[in-house]
Amino acid sequence: MRKSTIISATIAGFISVPAVASADELVLYCSVQEEWCRLMGESFQRETGINVLMTRRSSGETFAQLMAERDQPRGDVWWGGTGDPHLQAAEEGLTAAYESPMMSELQDWALSQAEASGNRTIGIYAGALGYGYNRDLVDDPAPACWADLLEERFADDVQVANPNSSGTAYTLLATLVQIMGEDEAFEFLGQLDQNISQYTQSGAAPIRNAATGETAIGIVFLHDAVAQAVQGAPIGSVAPCEGTGYEIGSMSLVEGGPNPDNARLFYDWALSPEAQALGAEANSFQVPSNVNAPVPPESPSLDEITLIDYDFAPYGSSEVRQHLLARWDAEIGSQR
Amino acid sequence: MTPDELRASRAARERLAWLALLALAVLVLPWHQSLPQGATPLLPSALGLALEGRGWLWPVVLALPVLIWAGMRDAAGRLFLGLALAGFGLLVAQGFAVGLRGPQVGWIGTLFPAAGSGQTGFGWGAFTAGIAFLGLTAHCLALRGFCRGDRFAGGSVVFIVALLSLFVFFPILKLALAAFVGPDGEIALGPFLNRLFAPDIWRLDCFTGGRRCGVVINSLVLGLLAATICTALGLALALIVARTSFRFKQTLRALSILPIITPPFVVGVAIIVLFGRTGLVTQFGAEVFDVRPTRWVYGLTGILMAQVLAFTPITFLVMLGTVEAINPTLEEASQTLGAGPVKTFFKITWPLLRPGIAAAFLLAFIESLADFGNPIVLGGGYEVLSTRIFFAVVGARYDLGNAATLAMILLTLTLVAFWLQNRWLGRKSYVTVTGKSDAGLASTLPFGLKGVAWAVVIPFVTFTLGVYLIVLLGGFVQDIGRWDLTPTFAHLRTAFAFEMGLTGLEFYGSAWNSMQTTLLVSAIAAPLTTLIGILTAWLVSRQDFKGRNAFEFGTMLSFAIPGTVVGVSYVAAFNVPPVDITGTAAILVICFVFRNMPVGMRAGLAAFAQIDRSMEEASQTMGASGATTLRRVVVPLVKPAVFTALVYSFVTAMTAVSAVIFLVSARHNMATAYIMGRVEAGEYALAITYSTVLMIVMIVCILLIQFLVGARKLGRRREFQGQVTPAE
Repeated sequence: MRKSTIISATIAGFISVPAVASADELVLYCSVQEEWCRLMGESFQRETGINVLMTRRSSGETFAQLMAERDQPRGDVWWGGTGDPHLQAAEEGLTAAYESPMMSELQDWALSQAEASGNRTIGIYAGALGYGYNRDLVDDPAPACWADLLEERFADDVQVANPNSSGTAYTLLATLVQIMGEDEAFEFLGQLDQNISQYTQSGAAPIRNAATGETAIGIVFLHDAVAQAVQGAPIGSVAPCEGTGYEIGSMSLVEGGPNPDNARLFYDWALSPEAQALGAEANSFQVPSNVNAPVPPESPSLDEITLIDYDFAPYGSSEVRQHLLARWDAEIGSQR
Repeated sequence: MTPDELRASRAARERLAWLALLALAVLVLPWHQSLPQGATPLLPSALGLALEGRGWLWPVVLALPVLIWAGMRDAAGRLFLGLALAGFGLLVAQGFAVGLRGPQVGWIGTLFPAAGSGQTGFGWGAFTAGIAFLGLTAHCLALRGFCRGDRFAGGSVVFIVALLSLFVFFPILKLALAAFVGPDGEIALGPFLNRLFAPDIWRLDCFTGGRRCGVVINSLVLGLLAATICTALGLALALIVARTSFRFKQTLRALSILPIITPPFVVGVAIIVLFGRTGLVTQFGAEVFDVRPTRWVYGLTGILMAQVLAFTPITFLVMLGTVEAINPTLEEASQTLGAGPVKTFFKITWPLLRPGIAAAFLLAFIESLADFGNPIVLGGGYEVLSTRIFFAVVGARYDLGNAATLAMILLTLTLVAFWLQNRWLGRKSYVTVTGKSDAGLASTLPFGLKGVAWAVVIPFVTFTLGVYLIVLLGGFVQDIGRWDLTPTFAHLRTAFAFEMGLTGLEFYGSAWNSMQTTLLVSAIAAPLTTLIGILTAWLVSRQDFKGRNAFEFGTMLSFAIPGTVVGVSYVAAFNVPPVDITGTAAILVICFVFRNMPVGMRAGLAAFAQIDRSMEEASQTMGASGATTLRRVVVPLVKPAVFTALVYSFVTAMTAVSAVIFLVSARHNMATAYIMGRVEAGEYALAITYSTVLMIVMIVCILLIQFLVGARKLGRRREFQGQVTPAE
């Protein structure tokens, strides 16, 4: 029997006990910047003793992961990232409906996400789109509008994420379509493409590259640009003069996740003023959705920016999203 | 008892044990990893589930009494063999017949309505049953004279073939199938052809003034350039070390080990820090020539720089072996006959070097094709196959069919290169055998050639040192990306902070989770890899059985498959029942074991070639079984190979990324995947800190293993003198 014991021990070693989550765990899919994700996970872990298993991925990637795992969901909560893919996940039935007792404390724009999705997602923060430029690399006059980005002096010097993977870049796409109309927007993006050095995977990567000087301009959410400036980078942020769109960063419960009770616990906690105040600690200056949560003084004030009337319901739907992304792929992505 | 009776009773006992295991598997153990929807049986075993209306499990359950009956009749008969194999086949068939959401085969659904609710993946019961069926098959084969009746050897062959089929061939097959699945879920040739001939794969625009080439062309261009440069550099380094009175030869050799223990991405990051637009070198160059600094390093140039740094040590070692193997008498003869050093070099040395050059070239080409870490950091808009595959699976453009098609292209390219390399390596042995006597002095390099070699090597060494200086520095200063060189431990704290909490030590650093998983997985995978590798080497070099050549080829194949392809194929194969193991630590261990096993096997084969068979034959003549001989005689003699395999598989498990990146999950994240996330988010300092810590951990582990090797080697030498010398 000796041979068999060796071999069967080997094989038994391979086949571990299947992954059934134990009671004190939470699998968190996080789509904001890593530092904030870590702080949220750690704080929740300290507060409740629930072990948080966190994965940080961009919102587009997380959506793709939820789609891939839909037969056997492995995540519990999807926290953060632009609202559009959250709405799309709700439409696909990937996320579960839940009415948190905290809803009475939330801003109207946060609740609009819940209304649009049948309570399958909710707003946790808001932030306006814009771009940041490296002051050492960009000479006067500083750019101030979307149209300025087409100038020849920025050739090969602008970065934005790929709208397929990043909610930030999709927000740009949807914003331009709403400002200019679809055909004009794609014409604009086609011209902009001449100045783009790289479409990154992560939405905030362009501004980090602008901060280190690897690119002159990064199209991002303004709070990401401010975060770099606060950390000492020579970054100036621009809210474009033509008006701009904004995101409602959202949170959803994964339908059929392994730890539904812990997920709801996290959901309620994440909507509390205390949890929402954590963002500023992690250099994230979004406007929190709980009316009682302090707004960080560094936050770009939404009142002073020309905001367009961003229509979340159609632009968050699968149909419009797929159409715009397919057109982007055909006219821009695949031409590179 | 006569020896024959003894053998018969031993065989009967063994058969009983296998049958008992099968009984345990089908009657008691939970068949699935979790109960299927709607099932509430008395027992979660196959029997319990079958009684509850899941009738497609009956054949597996009934195999038990049938095999008991056949065993009593004639355990060495064809009937028993056929039944044991049929049992295994039925097990596999029932696993595939009913999927997670319902029956895959129509008539099963009509016959057993319970199939409508589907079944989950294999659990302990099913896996144990598989082992038992295979054990019975091996048992019968041994009785029928397979492997000269050696039950241990026969059993090992059967189980290794089964494991290779499950973890190497099945995933590749599944992947190939996925390439044919259209958007509607149907298998057809059309979608595959569409994907295969998509213009963004084969387009040649970049040669005719367009912006970008297809992704295959990109990969090929990169591979050919990288292989050419690496081979030239490797040759120059080898000539300097072997043919000049260069003083720092040992340093050069030591330097060549560094890339092997360097985690991926960190070299790419260091190159950005040096040559990126705000990099030290770029800024300096821009000031000197008064031009605007550009992003010149992103794209082909940058990837090429990183790959040259990473693969030159490999080509250097190959070329060094070739140069040192050249018999100096040939060159001496040439000079005696009146040829000058230049003529000698080009007429004698160069032709002898050519096979080695070809081998080094193809090796670097294969490495370049499989490389994932450097293109993803430095690629910019330059996409290669490995990164495109990655984004088709993990990215938002999730498209498994497309990923599978690209993976098949990559696999084909690699296999062709591998095949060519094996042909060249076959010829290379011709070189080493030429000399009858090694007397004579190797000719020194002709002066002009020496100058060329130095001119090539000095920039390379400076470049390597610069990159590693950045790596050393980067983790412990504020922000290396912006050249803020204030010393700090903040990054180390972010990654590896811990506190003494109420419940003892609490780890809050963000890297702890992945660090623990990485160490655990590597520590489990390394000994398993070594065990299977050495066992396979022993079977191939010492046992005689039908299909041995095919067996050897199969084991080597898993080495030729690029990591990205392995990763995608595992996702395609093990995401769904019957073998549903994605998201577990087991899949990481399995991936490493079967990827690195051929290296353990090669080390083992080399060691076995040096050991005379007579000692094992003596052991067997004196009545020891195959297993005892292996344990008491063979393993002590090949211990150095065992430890080499251990070091290699451990280090590879710590630094591998291309396959792992598909298999990590929130629960089991690996260090390299974590580092990649940090690089993507632009947190270079954190990535560099973590890499530095990883490298220190690896050096400590290697020293630990080396210490053990040293100790064993002494023991081996004493044994060697005591036992072998008198025999000669």
